[in-house]
Amino acid sequence: MSALLQAEQLTMRFGGLTAVKEFSCAIESGELFGLIGPNGAGKTTVFNLLTGVYRPSSGTVTFAQSDITGQPPPVIAARGMSRTFQNIRLFDELSALENVMAGAHLRGHINLFDALLRTGRNAREEKRQRDWAYKLLAFMGLEERAGLAAKHLPYGDRRKLEIARALATEPKLICLDEPAAGMNPSEKQGLAQLIRRIRDQLHVTVLLIEHDMQLVMGLCERIQVLDHGETIACGKPREIQSDARVIEAYLGVADA
Amino acid sequence: MARNFLVMLGLLAGCYGFNFVLAEFIEVVYVDYINLCGLAIILAVGLNVINGLAGQFSLGHAGFMSVGAFAGAYASIMLTYGVIESGPLSFASMGSFLLCLALSGLSAAAVGALVGAPTLRLKGDYLAIATLGFAEITRIVLTAQDAIGGPTGLKRIPKMPLLPGAEKWDGGTSTFWIYAFVCLVILLSLNLQRSTFGRALICVRENELAAETMGVRAARMKVMAFVYGAFFAGIAGCLYAHYQHSVRPDDFTTVRSIEVVVMLVLGGLGSLTGAVVGAVIVTLMPQFLRPLEEFLNLSGLSMVVYAALLLLMMLFRPQGIFGQRELSLKLLRRLVPGAGRESGP
Amino acid sequence: MDFTQLLQNMTNGVAKGSCYALVAVGYTMVYGVLQLINFAHSDVYMLGAYFAYWPAKWMGYLPDEKGGRAQDVPLALVGLFVVGSMVACAAVGALIERAAYRPLRNSGRLAPLITAIGVSLLLEYGGQMVFGTEPRLFPTFVEAQSYDVGGVKFANTSIIIVVTAAVLMGALTLFVNHTRQGRALRAVSHSFNNARLMGINVNATITMTFMLGSSLAAVGGILVAMDQPTITPLMGLRMGLKAFVAAVLGGIGSIPGAALGGLLLGVSESVVAYWSTTYSEAVAFLILIGVLLVRPAGILGSAAREKV
Ligand SMILES: Nc1ncnc2c1ncn2[C@@H]1O[C@H](COP(=O)(O)OP(=O)(O)O)[C@@H](O)[C@H]1O
Ligand SMILES: [Mg+2]
Repeated sequence: MSALLQAEQLTMRFGGLTAVKEFSCAIESGELFGLIGPNGAGKTTVFNLLTGVYRPSSGTVTFAQSDITGQPPPVIAARGMSRTFQNIRLFDELSALENVMAGAHLRGHINLFDALLRTGRNAREEKRQRDWAYKLLAFMGLEERAGLAAKHLPYGDRRKLEIARALATEPKLICLDEPAAGMNPSEKQGLAQLIRRIRDQLHVTVLLIEHDMQLVMGLCERIQVLDHGETIACGKPREIQSDARVIEAYLGVADA
Repeated sequence: MARNFLVMLGLLAGCYGFNFVLAEFIEVVYVDYINLCGLAIILAVGLNVINGLAGQFSLGHAGFMSVGAFAGAYASIMLTYGVIESGPLSFASMGSFLLCLALSGLSAAAVGALVGAPTLRLKGDYLAIATLGFAEITRIVLTAQDAIGGPTGLKRIPKMPLLPGAEKWDGGTSTFWIYAFVCLVILLSLNLQRSTFGRALICVRENELAAETMGVRAARMKVMAFVYGAFFAGIAGCLYAHYQHSVRPDDFTTVRSIEVVVMLVLGGLGSLTGAVVGAVIVTLMPQFLRPLEEFLNLSGLSMVVYAALLLLMMLFRPQGIFGQRELSLKLLRRLVPGAGRESGP
Repeated sequence: MDFTQLLQNMTNGVAKGSCYALVAVGYTMVYGVLQLINFAHSDVYMLGAYFAYWPAKWMGYLPDEKGGRAQDVPLALVGLFVVGSMVACAAVGALIERAAYRPLRNSGRLAPLITAIGVSLLLEYGGQMVFGTEPRLFPTFVEAQSYDVGGVKFANTSIIIVVTAAVLMGALTLFVNHTRQGRALRAVSHSFNNARLMGINVNATITMTFMLGSSLAAVGGILVAMDQPTITPLMGLRMGLKAFVAAVLGGIGSIPGAALGGLLLGVSESVVAYWSTTYSEAVAFLILIGVLLVRPAGILGSAAREKV
């Protein structure tokens, strides 16, 4: 069987700047895969290319055996890829519960007239979304926050809520963009546990961008390192830790 | 759904009773105010789906209204008299009136799709100005059509059909028809707002990119909002034309569009309750200011007052009277324990 | 087809377009700095006409009740009226910015937009309250004459309009490109923060932008009033929409763009008017929607891209 997600020779140029250059990777179903690199290395841009936010200048993305290069985000979401954002993008005016239910909209099977006329199908769909959303909120430890507007949640909960919302789309692969940014060490611990449980209990493959080396090294099974848009290493955490180029480009900078 | 039909049936009976009470006990001038409020509510609640829920700041609602008004009025005259401008003013038959309403709603909705689709890429003030442009083009095109009377528009539009038992009521049953659609638009909008589509619309407003990556097709949702709002604007236009018995392209200028936006802003963009309250305030205020305006011989006074109101609102309470919440409903739920079915386990 | 008539329409279009350009610069400069469509700008243009009308009326340069012929205003006084109106409009522009827009500068884009609509309504209908609704005859600032060149008539007012607009736009361009204040304006429209770090007084610069735009609009109002020659409190409505379209067409934020857009719009309207005066009113909006869909940055503008 081939990989769940396969990117080949992805390149993204913004005017004169090449943000990502010939990025390739293959993520197997059920993996916990890390993408690291110093600030501005092009990690977020890779996410944007994979999830259809940007159309790559060249290269292809294959997901679950079909070519999704250049497809718009909703199509890619429907195929089973979901994501969070480095600069959190919640639906601020909606409650935490409604945010997660919005993620569940994708798998709904009712039409506008069901909604306008409040048919039985509409009621069943509402119940499905509500139950599913409560389940995910509980999974992320946010059940207490269900009724709170997203904009009133504390920072760490906002990050978790974004993950719950992404999971609500019932993805095969979830892409997390620096989910631990701004958390304290104990919160990070908890988050690492959660990410592992997403993979183990919900059977969702995880692609993780993270700055905290300890977290990534402890969590991910394979890691790819970007620097200035180019892949400089790819392998098991052990191998990455001892890679001379990585130490120079990333760890050197991080420790400085 | 069955419950919904029962509710609507009850509301229709209520409208009939309301019409009866007005016809029997209330002076004609005040009945007129109430009818105008009803028309304004239909417009505002419809526009609230576009501007409030979907967050697409449209400044062209009068355009949709005009399409519905002329489509409905033209069809009505043709069905009643067979030719433009002849015959005494009479009542439209029930069947032909309903047909005209459907026609006006659908033609306005078609224009809504036409406007919604190409302007999808525009945001905020650019969208506002583009929709305003569309409405102006519509008005100019209507003005240039001799078949519908050019700048003088259509006259001798039949009255709204009478209902059984209402033969002796002053002013006919306009109130019934107008408020039937007020109830319909409120009921449907409430259902929409609380459904998965309502949330999807709000997602598009709150963060379009996040909505898209969560699988919400923003483009489709926006067009849907425009079609929905335009449909009811068309209905309001048709009712307006039959209510006034005449309609001119210049009834639908930019000022009319701005008026509807002001209603929403006053009430609170995104709040259905706010749209209703805003519509009533903006409709009634000039009526009560007019005597003052005439007494002081200061034309323009009422517009100045609501411009001032708008400015004060923006400076001191930019979220409008109701913010984005349905305050009255929540309040009701709190006051009547067990009446709400919201807010889960 | 009557080519002389078409040519006549086009020359009229150039004059009309020059007026659009004068008002359009105000939209373009404010949008460049604040990303705000200053709906009230066209009402400042209306005020410009009234501010010149008033003193002329007080000094008796208008036809009296008995319909006696109006006296021409001496040239020196015309100059005084125009400058006075420019100064007054600049003050109004500054006041609007200060009172209505500045308090909302950090509250998203919708609130200022709605406020702008509110200020516009306030000036239009406040104008009705103060000036009355009926159109007023504008005093004769120059005796109307027209020159015939091969069948095409050139009105002296048209020539005055085009020349005045060209001179003012040229002066504005020089000001923006070659003075300290002009540099400050460009810096502020690039980035508030960077400008502030460079020691530029951002608030003062924004106020200056409003004053410049408003005083040019005042001249536009007077020129149009001379040409018409009546004025009403709602005369800004149509001019505003069209001048804004001109700004978008030329590329919002660009001063030469406003000039180019104004001329193009004026000429296209006049050419279409050759076939249908009704449809010539729709030209602006068709252009607007076309530009927004095909090239939102306009002819001379540059596009920006949102970063995710
Ligand atoms: N929309 C854009 N336009 C221009 N440059 C961009 C855009 N998005 C990202 N970049 C540039 O691409 C490079 C990589 O950015 P990014 O992917 O955000 O890095 P990372 O997530 O690894 O910190 C940076 O130099 C950034 O400035
Ligand atoms: Mg990043």
